[in-house]
Amino acid sequence: MHIHEYQAKRLFNDFNIQTPKGILIDKITKAKSACDVLRSDVWVVKAQVHAGGRGKGGGVVLCRSVEEVERASQQLLGSQLITPQTDSKGLLVGQLLIEAGQNIERELYLGLLIDRQTQKITVLASTEGGMEIEKVASETPDKIIKFGIDPLGSLSVQDCTLMAQKLGLNTELTKQFNNTLLGLYEIFTQKDVNLIEINPLIVTQENQLLALDGKIDFDDNALYRHKDIVALRDISQEDEKERLASEYQLNYISLDGSIGCMVNGAGLAMATMDLIEHFGGSPANFLDVGGGTTADRVAKAFELIQTEANVKGILVNIFGGIVRCDLIAQGILQAIETVGLTLPIVVRLEGTNAPKGLNLLDKSEFNIHVESDLTKAAIKIVALTK
Amino acid sequence: MSILIDKNTRVITQGFTGKQGTFHSEQSIVYGTQFVGGVTPNKGGQKHLNLPVFNTVAGAMNETDANASMIYVPPQFAYASILEAIEAQMPVIACITEGIPVQDMLKIRAILKTSDSILIGPNCPGVMTPDECKLGIMPGNIHQAGSVGVISRSGTLTYEAVHQTTQAGLGQSTCIGIGGDPIQGMSFIDCLALFEADSQTQSIIMVGEIGGSAEEEAAEYIQSHVSKPVVSYIAGLSAPKGKRMGHAGAVISAGTGKAIDKINALEKVGVAIAPTPATMGETLLEVLAWKTPLLS
Repeated sequence: MHIHEYQAKRLFNDFNIQTPKGILIDKITKAKSACDVLRSDVWVVKAQVHAGGRGKGGGVVLCRSVEEVERASQQLLGSQLITPQTDSKGLLVGQLLIEAGQNIERELYLGLLIDRQTQKITVLASTEGGMEIEKVASETPDKIIKFGIDPLGSLSVQDCTLMAQKLGLNTELTKQFNNTLLGLYEIFTQKDVNLIEINPLIVTQENQLLALDGKIDFDDNALYRHKDIVALRDISQEDEKERLASEYQLNYISLDGSIGCMVNGAGLAMATMDLIEHFGGSPANFLDVGGGTTADRVAKAFELIQTEANVKGILVNIFGGIVRCDLIAQGILQAIETVGLTLPIVVRLEGTNAPKGLNLLDKSEFNIHVESDLTKAAIKIVALTK
Repeated sequence: MSILIDKNTRVITQGFTGKQGTFHSEQSIVYGTQFVGGVTPNKGGQKHLNLPVFNTVAGAMNETDANASMIYVPPQFAYASILEAIEAQMPVIACITEGIPVQDMLKIRAILKTSDSILIGPNCPGVMTPDECKLGIMPGNIHQAGSVGVISRSGTLTYEAVHQTTQAGLGQSTCIGIGGDPIQGMSFIDCLALFEADSQTQSIIMVGEIGGSAEEEAAEYIQSHVSKPVVSYIAGLSAPKGKRMGHAGAVISAGTGKAIDKINALEKVGVAIAPTPATMGETLLEVLAWKTPLLS
């Protein structure tokens, strides 16, 4: 789960990490008073959306007068912000964070993540802040300082000081850096974070270390034990279909192609997309209906697929393991009837009682093509949707 | 010979009396697994599926000499269940549970390093040695005892690989679903090492997917340590960047985890790549035909 920058910064403050002074507004009329309270002559207006690359998308505006702040707020509030990381529709800007401008001396990067290879929580720091860290990592890997933390131990002040030295920070800044890094580590471990990032972490001319931006990605699997984090969720930033799907416990991801997919199992769902592409088609979605494959869930899945305007046909690929294929076939028929599905469907069933299931589908009055061979099924649906 | 489990393996279930635990224990018993009991806290002393229920794993091991456990508890209790099994020195633990917080698994992973227990999963179908022992949720009837070792990050793709090798007449020595989570117990490399040393296993199918670098690490290991033919299929060539494709671990992020990089790494060390998920068995047959010396 992602949260907004302003929410991340509030969490930072709770854990002793310093940020620039800022005020959140959701109405243009509040822009002027925000400027007054911040008592500055330079302000930054920042669109609050769940995507990076906001600067490139025009979502971060430097203003030198109250009028400029108002103008920027007018333009951004209520608009759809498109950044290199959003889709072509962009994301709704419902709130703006207005901050006092800073005198930046240096820009650093500081983040924590779970390194799958070393199986440790790992600190990443770099003197090259403000850039995409992936770019720094691939182009100048020597500029990245890495430090792995024992999962059964913790991060010590000495560890932090060592990193501060490598970043070339003076004594006063090292103290602030230690607080910042320890705060990030506390948030990471206490709130079940997957990734936490300050980019850039700035050194001001006044010798202050401030988190100019903040990004946190929480582990969805651990949200059950963090009600305070769940309360920060903003569903206006989520894909409508993916959100609906998750309510039905379906794993769904929209893509741009023309062939809808319904598959049991995440790996097989991905592999089915690959297979469609292999034979010259393009998948409209990723969809894992899971192990249950009941009529109700299949119906919900068909409903979702049908809402994709570009879908011309559907490939159902089920490897019936313990659930019998004839029962799955009955479920599919029931679902087609419930949803009133008219698109051509190719169904591939394999597993226990597969011939019986395929026969049931074949005999039905619906627009169903049956196939027990996965390759033939993929070729068929690509041909039907050409 | 097989690896990890065989007809002598004595199995218990943790989360025995729950819905999932009951269903899959029954299936496992029907398959012919030597099932000796189960664990559900506060239900010790009862009978379930005609088998004894114990309060603790240690208690079950004392009474039944169990040496393998499968775990079906909900994700919020999985950490404690796995830890309990490790502390009781259970030799083989298969955790089927999906949705365990990744930082719980980080701790488990670190604890495993100081233990002799082997963990398979979580978020996996378990382990299967055909005709001998079914430690998990895989459908028994698609398996056939034979020569192919199967390792996979995905449940249903394991079944595809199994089904195809059965169709091809090769059968399987042991099949291991290592699971779809970012932090897990057994890795590809751990499984490859066991298959390489196992006399029944003549060839290996390794099914990978996007996310992380386990396939690249496996490729390096294969180059220097595996002499048996390996066929691989990698899912997710068509997957978009930054989206989690069902499995917690299946995500392309920060420039790593792409299917094509994994395929390239494996091809470079001589692993044959099945071009589609439907051709794993076929590809393996081709490789085996190629490697079999012609009779003179």
